[in-house]
Amino acid sequence: MSTLTTERLTSFEGEVAVNVEPVTQARVLRSEWIKMCSLRSTALTMAAAVVTMVGAGWIIGGVTNAYWSTLRPEELLTFSAIDRTLVGYNFAQLAVGVLGVLLVTGEYATGMIRATFATVPKRLPVLWAKASLYGCVTFVLMLAAALTAFLGGQQFLGVHGTNLAATGALQAIVGVAGYLALIGVFSVALGFIIRSTAGGIATVFGLLFVLPGVGLLLPSSWQLHLLPYLPSNAGTSLISMHPAEGSLSVTNGVLVLFVWVAVALVAAAVLVKRRDT
Amino acid sequence: MIEAKNLTKKYGDKTAVDDLTFTVQPGIVTGFLGPNGAGKSTTMRMILGLDAPTRGSVTVGGVPYLKHTKPLQVVGALLEARAVHTSRSAYHHLLALAATHGIAKGRVLDVIDMVGLQEVAHKRAGGFSLGMGQRLGIASALLADPETLILDEPVNGLDPEGIRWIRDLLKSLAADGHTVFVSSHLMSEMALTAEHVIVVGRGRLIADMRMSELIAHASSSVVLVRTPQASELAVALAGTDITVSRTASESLEVMGMTASEIGDCARDLNISLHALTSKQASLEEAFMEMTRDDVEFHAKTQADHTLRRAS
Repeated sequence: MSTLTTERLTSFEGEVAVNVEPVTQARVLRSEWIKMCSLRSTALTMAAAVVTMVGAGWIIGGVTNAYWSTLRPEELLTFSAIDRTLVGYNFAQLAVGVLGVLLVTGEYATGMIRATFATVPKRLPVLWAKASLYGCVTFVLMLAAALTAFLGGQQFLGVHGTNLAATGALQAIVGVAGYLALIGVFSVALGFIIRSTAGGIATVFGLLFVLPGVGLLLPSSWQLHLLPYLPSNAGTSLISMHPAEGSLSVTNGVLVLFVWVAVALVAAAVLVKRRDT
Repeated sequence: MIEAKNLTKKYGDKTAVDDLTFTVQPGIVTGFLGPNGAGKSTTMRMILGLDAPTRGSVTVGGVPYLKHTKPLQVVGALLEARAVHTSRSAYHHLLALAATHGIAKGRVLDVIDMVGLQEVAHKRAGGFSLGMGQRLGIASALLADPETLILDEPVNGLDPEGIRWIRDLLKSLAADGHTVFVSSHLMSEMALTAEHVIVVGRGRLIADMRMSELIAHASSSVVLVRTPQASELAVALAGTDITVSRTASESLEVMGMTASEIGDCARDLNISLHALTSKQASLEEAFMEMTRDDVEFHAKTQADHTLRRAS
């Protein structure tokens, strides 16, 4: 590969001027799109999210149908054909969160971030591009996955299944996609704040899976004031047909999620602008 | 053109760059020389706006780097640590950088050709050798045909042919009117490439001069003299521009006179000489001499002691 001749150098000198345009948000978006698509981990993690989402819905649908007679009365009371088939979003959110963090911390770990910020020295367009692109990609993919999980799941549920026309079905499906997209944006922001892969993933995991459990150890009067506002519980309020006692309304759930995402994005913006790279 | 004014960077109470003021002119290759840890990389990161100065300022083409609308066209940079995502191919790496400035795919293929990476362009950059990584870094620096090039240790890890290629490339770019700023900790490499040199040690400016001046300064030779009448000769030789130091009871080191001049002088005074040897200081020695007190980490070797004694 190293046969370099002066001939090549001469051809370089004689070259016509390169056409260079100013950096704009749209061009940064395009650049981030190329980056996202050219990493194998993106496709693998996204595939994992889709597979768990769809697989969990179908398997749980089938199993529920097969073992219907063994369901306890209280389970039958809260049974929802919609919830059953969308339960996979709980696993998918881990993949979505991990990839969101990785898209950012992968650049910090490899030093790529210096090339990125030397190319876009204003820096913030990179944050906006990564966050919005990943949010959109997650929304589209997870909408398709949730729809597939739902439709196939109803088939597996057989007589106990329902259809898209059922009350809350569409809202739950869009809710799953919307919640996962917001978790995606949130984890991109966390990646910029924390910069290390291990720390970022631990934080996402802690917020989504550990804190809700730990919160149950608090005095019950506190629980009601704190737990519904955790991102995962706020998400449940827009997805579940039978949310836990004290859950937020759908509107408030959406609002709370937006506040989490907005706070994370603002913190990320301030730090990205201020910190040395 | 790069202009730094009182550029200072502190990390906690450690000063990495200490009040640097210098100008890098277009049309020539300017070497940025200093031992490891002298603040070269920090200075280069500040030029690119990656690190914010604690005090002072630096501009490229008269404007801070951050204010340019087409930054890649202003400065092309090769940074010390390989700034490439290891899982992405060289081609996609360059394509992503090009996209931010609307640079066409054809130009990406051109720079890949130019640095000779066409055969591995679609392989993961993480699998690249050090030399291939440097070539990829140079390809990204050349992407927008920038006015100024900033290269941090570009010859690191390159084979002799690659080193020559870089040297020729830098010289031809400078001849085209580009501003070329190259850091190195190797004096010998800089002597072959740079016309002007900025030397730093522990973040402070040590020298800012033409390479030819530095070489002249370096090659001022030392003459070792052994004579039983050392003190007598020392008094006779001493004068302006001439330094005489006594290294042992019968030995002198004379700077500023040639061996034949000393020999003639001794004969006139009827002083017998037992040895008369002229010793040429190498460029490398001159550099070590210059930065000796500014090296951050010293390896205490025999050679080091010898050098100290000789000074």
